[in-house]
Order: sequence, then structure tokens, then C-alpha cells
Amino acid sequence: MSTLTDPQKESFRLSMLLYDSRYRSATIQVVALIGFIILVGWLIYNTSQNLAALGKGIDFGYLVEPAGYDINQRLLEYSSRDTHFRAAIIGLLNTLVVALLGCITATVLGVVIGVLRLSNNWLVSRIMAVYVETFRNIPVLLWIVLAMAIMIETLPSPKAFRGDNATASMMLNDSVAITNRGVYVPEPLFSRGLGDIHLFGNSSIRFDISLDLIAILIVLAASIWAVNRVKHRADKIQDSTGDRPATWYLQLGLIVVPVGILLAILGFHFGYPELKGFNFKGGTHFRNSLIALWLALSLYTAAFIAEIVRAGIMAISKGQTEAAEALGLRSGKIMSLVVLPQALRVIIPPLISNYLNLTKNSSLAIAVGYMDITGTLGGITMNQTGRELESILLMMLVYLSISLSISAVMNWYNESVKLEER
Amino acid sequence: MNKSILFGALTVAGLAAGAAAAGTLDDVKARGKLNCGVTTGLVGFAAPDANGKWNGFDVSLCRAVAAAVLGDENAVEFVPTTGKTRFTALASGEIDMLARNTTWTFSRDVDLKFTFVGVNYYDGQGFLVPKDLGVSSAKDLDGATVCIQTGTTTELNLSDYFRVNNISYEPVPIETNAEGQQQFLAGACDVYTTDASGLAATRATFENPDDYVLLPEIISKEPLGPLVRHGDDEWGDVVRWTLYALVSAEELGVTSANLSEMTAGTNNPEINRLLGTEGTLGDMLGLDAGWAKAAIAVGGNYGEIFAKNIGEETPIGLARGLNAQWTEGGLLYSPPFR
Ligand SMILES: N[C@@H](CCC(=O)N[C@@H](CS)C(=O)NCC(=O)O)C(=O)O
Repeated sequence: MSTLTDPQKESFRLSMLLYDSRYRSATIQVVALIGFIILVGWLIYNTSQNLAALGKGIDFGYLVEPAGYDINQRLLEYSSRDTHFRAAIIGLLNTLVVALLGCITATVLGVVIGVLRLSNNWLVSRIMAVYVETFRNIPVLLWIVLAMAIMIETLPSPKAFRGDNATASMMLNDSVAITNRGVYVPEPLFSRGLGDIHLFGNSSIRFDISLDLIAILIVLAASIWAVNRVKHRADKIQDSTGDRPATWYLQLGLIVVPVGILLAILGFHFGYPELKGFNFKGGTHFRNSLIALWLALSLYTAAFIAEIVRAGIMAISKGQTEAAEALGLRSGKIMSLVVLPQALRVIIPPLISNYLNLTKNSSLAIAVGYMDITGTLGGITMNQTGRELESILLMMLVYLSISLSISAVMNWYNESVKLEER
Repeated sequence: MNKSILFGALTVAGLAAGAAAAGTLDDVKARGKLNCGVTTGLVGFAAPDANGKWNGFDVSLCRAVAAAVLGDENAVEFVPTTGKTRFTALASGEIDMLARNTTWTFSRDVDLKFTFVGVNYYDGQGFLVPKDLGVSSAKDLDGATVCIQTGTTTELNLSDYFRVNNISYEPVPIETNAEGQQQFLAGACDVYTTDASGLAATRATFENPDDYVLLPEIISKEPLGPLVRHGDDEWGDVVRWTLYALVSAEELGVTSANLSEMTAGTNNPEINRLLGTEGTLGDMLGLDAGWAKAAIAVGGNYGEIFAKNIGEETPIGLARGLNAQWTEGGLLYSPPFR
């Protein structure tokens, strides 16, 4: 042992830590690490000192106290007697709803706009360029506030639908009402429904699962399995005879008929919104705050996604398109069968970060009073209880978890569309 | 103070208050300016006029404190706060005092650790509706859409009131009075609810105030008053006794008109002590002998400030009611200056 270390010991001088390139990077890393640990330690120490000076220890007990406030958009049942924790869950679901709706809409819009921007039609491609530049160069907060202001100021209030000389009327055969409080659309109802299963009793995480929904999903899954069998058989016939039997009517029937029968058994019908008292009752209410936030976030993020899609498509060499043309494919088919699948590899990684951005931007909900998790836990709860540190820490944890989950799912998808090198 | 900057960056503001807790009076004197938290704009209580000069009932109190401490009613930095940001602003030391239609409650005092130094307006929560809604009682509001400011006692009272009376409503949370007004006027909510005084003040700015009515129900007690941080009693005393100086002045008949005459000396020793011509009250507070005189000189006594900003002669038109002197059947009752 000594034989090995002795010669090194002799030649090692302290200054080598800085001047010897063998050690320098290690030295810098160690110093940086120590600095970082001191900084974090100081922050924690300072926080606890100041909290102690204020007489406020860290305590999450407030989460099980009654919240005392109401929330307008709630996907689970909630009343002001429920706990702050449940209020946070309601808020979290609202965050997820707007993030999901936003990501879907932004993707659809973004792909369409990105593709159109490459169009040979000068006017179309110019319009798309203008769209992209306007939306991505103006802060999304302004778009959100603008969308909300337009809805509130230009759409009729429910009052305008009332009486003999009503100035506004419902659309689509009296089934949809567009008001400045939001849009009311018909809701699906079951007159012979199977009921719900209640989970977790009376606790803060209780929720109901609709048996009707489960039944429909099971039947749909069975139908899809059957459709796959049909396709499989068609493949086999094609392989052996070279002719593919027409199966589209069979596939359609397999999907539509069983679900249709089930819906009839369950007594499926629509509940229409109706003006009762101060507001429309019945139907599903998309609140103006949700619509404003959803629209603004989608339009804004779509501009970024459009650019990503354009870059992805341009990254595919022209030779691919020309080869596909030579095979006689039409331009629509070339895009969907040849170019886009390859472009996906370039598109997906930056797409993930746009999904994350959209989700995080949804915390701007506060500007229009949309009750997401920033509005409940990080807003009213934090404010009424004065538990700033605890609430902010929880919110950071929540957003971190959402973001990591989105990344995980998208990375998994990325793996599956990756070009397999052979 | 460096500490608080860092924490601000971490959005965990309010935690560095330890550094700013003691010696607010000295801080204010050294700074030469009072940082006073007010509303983002509620005409009559606190709003900037066309020249950007802040005016109003709550603003007058800030100015009176500035005059008492610094001898200059204009040595005030007005910091607009929303219902949600006000307490963080105070706890973090960004403002020295808060005068923003803020209700004195147990938890704000004990748990949030603020000292309410007194009440400058006894209020209660009311409901404002358009006349053509055809509603005459809050009990008829089943199913209505209600605009409320978040972070207020209002939203908690509202939820309790509707639940106890077994009626439903759709809350529309808003940040500031201006937003609430916009939504209410556009018909995006049927009802606007907040402190009755705030409703009267808001209605006064409408184009057609007569098209709107306050419902008869007052559903809560809202004692509104100025507050400071816990743990700095010297500073709390300064704000408390400045408020009482204004109240006592009215009770004792000291007005802006007779102020200089009274300062020459009267045969009422309490007036003399208040105005600093007798005794050492100012000294005890760590202020000049003429502190209360300076405070009263800004806008007159409590009654004058009330009448000028929100009284019956103004478009807001609030009657004194509970806010009359105890001698007139109201609740205003200043401890003696002795
Ligand atoms: N007194 C209640 C409500 C206070 C409140 O927010 N009042 C409103 C209306 S009276 C206000 O001052 N708004 C002014 C603003 O939005 O800045 C409380 O302390 O929680």
C-alpha cells in the first residue's frame, strides 16, 4: 500500500489543486459543492430563524381544517365544509383539466399551422407566419386577460335570454347557450343508469366512479379487440390471396352496434341547459374563465408548436418527398405517411417542453379567477390561513410532479417513435 | 434587509419580517417616509385623483400618521395592495402600516400576528344588485352568480350565509374592486358583495348609481381598522393614538377651523394635553409635542374626514350610524388622553 501512495505524496503540492489540470476540475467542483451546501444551509437556517421570530413554525395541520370557501368549478363533490386538502385536490383537477385540454388543442392547431406555413400557397403561408409571430411575441397573460375581457364584454348575459323581447337566443335547436358567464352545452344522462361506486368513504380523497362509464369502456374495449381480429384476418387473406377483403362496414358495425345497444339499455339521453332563475340550469357549463384560459393557452402554445413542426418537417431531406412522389403518392399522403412520421423524432423532444410550459403557464389562471391549484391552495387557502411557506412548498411539489409525469409519458412515447437503427 | 430580498425572490415573502419587526418608528423617521398599504382603488376610501394624489378615508389616516411622525402629510408612499397581497406586504416589512378596509378578526390578530390598533369604520357585509333583477332580499338569491374578492372575510361569510340559509350560488372570484365592478356591470355576475361601505363607494362611481340597490341584509360584522405587525408596540401605539387623536378631537370639538385658536390654550386640560400645550404625551410616544395637532391639521378631526370623503354630502352618502361618537349613540369611543 505504501509503495503505491508514497511517490505521489512526495510530488503533491497544494498549489497543484489549482494549477495541475489533473486536479483542477475536481477542485472547482468541490468548492462549488461546498458553496452550494452553505447557501442552502443558510437559506434553511435563515428561514427557520425568521419563522421562529414570527412565532410561526412549519405546520401542515391546517390542511385538515375546513376550508370555509366555495369553488365554482369542481369535478368532484365539494362544499365549504370540506378540508383545505380537498380544496387543493379540486384545484389540482382543474389545473389538469385545463392543461390537458390546452395540450390537445395546441397540438392540433400547432400541427395544422406548422404544415400550412410550409404551404406553396403564398397567402396561406403568410397568414400563418403572421399568426405565429403575433401569438408568440405577446405575453400569454395578456392573451388570457384579453380573451376573458372579450367574453365578458361582448357576449350576452343570461338576462338577455329572458322574457318576450329577449335580445339573445340559444343556438343549435335550443341546445347550446353562449353567455358571458360561459357556454352551456347538453350533457349526457342515463335514465336507467347503473349508479356510482363511492370510494374512500367520507375522507378528503373520496370520489365516485360511474359504473355507466366503466360499462361503456368495457364494451368499447371488447369491440376494439374484435375489430383487431377482423383486421388480422383481412391481413391473412391479403397475404395468401393478394386481395384485401373490404371490412370497413364490419369494423364500423363492431364499434357502433354494441355501444349503441348498451346506451339504449342504460337509457341514454341528453340533458339540455335551460334558463331557470338567474342562470342556465342543466347541461354542462364551461365557465368563461376556463374558456378564456384554455383558448389563450392553446393559441399561444400552438404558435410555438407550429414552429417546432415546421422545423421538424424541414429537417426531412427533400429526397424523401421526391422519392415518395416518384412512387406516385399524392402530397397529402406524402405528408402523413412519409414526412410526418420521420419528423416526429425531431418534433417530440421540444414538444415536451412546450407541454410543460403550457402546464406551468396555466397557473396564470389567477388572472381570470379560474380556480386551479394556484387559486385554491396557493390562493385562498394560503391567504386565509397565512401558511405561505407550507402552501408554496406543496405547490412546488405538485407542479414538479405534474411536469415529471408529463416528461415521463412523453419520453416513453419518444422512445416508441424513435428511428430504429438497423 | 438583504435577507428579505432573497426571500422575495423565492416568493416566500413575509418570512424575513423578523429583521423588520422592531423599531418601525425609528425606521420611518430615518427613511423620512411612511410606507402605507392601501387599496388598489376604492373611491372615498383610497384612490388616486386625476393628479395622482391619493385621497380618501383610509388615506387620511396614513397622512395623519405621517404628519404626526414626520410633520409632513405628504411624506407617505402609498402602496396599493389587493385583498390577497396586503398581509404579505405588511408581514414582510414592505409597508409600515395597512389601512385598507381590513376587518379585525381573531385569526388575523392571533394567527397571522397583526395588531389591529383600533376601528376606523364599523361595517358589515352587504349585497349590491341591479334594480331590474327584481330581488328584494338576499334570501331570494338562490342560484345567483356572485362576484367576490378573494382573500377576504367576504368570501367566507358568503359561503356560510348561503349554506346556513340552504340556498346555492355560483362564486366568481376576483382580485380587485375594479375587476369586480367590470364583471358586475357587464352582467357576468348578478350580485356584488363586500363591505356595505365598499358597495356604496363602488356604486357611487357607476354611471347610473340609481339603477342599483343595496339589499337590506347585512350578514356580518366587519370592524375595519388600521393594523401593524405584532411585536412592535411602540409603533402600534403611534398609529393607535393618532387614530384616537382624530376621534377625540371630534368629541372635544377640535376642528380644522379652530385648531390654531385651541392650540393657544383652552381651559379644558384634555384638549391641552392632546394638542401638546400641557403635559408630555408626545414625548412619551417618541414624537414632537405637536404630533396630534399636526395629525388633525391634515384633514380635520374624524368627523370632518368622514364627512369629506364618504359622508352624506358626498356621492357615496354614508350616514354616521354606528360610526357616530358614543355620545351620539354610536360606537366611537376614544380612551382618555391622560
Ligand atoms: N373587510 C374585508 C374585505 C376588504 C375588501 O377587500 N374590500 C374591498 C371592497 S370594500 C376593497 O377594499 N377593494 C379595493 C381593492 O380592490 O383594492 C376584509 O378585510 O377581508
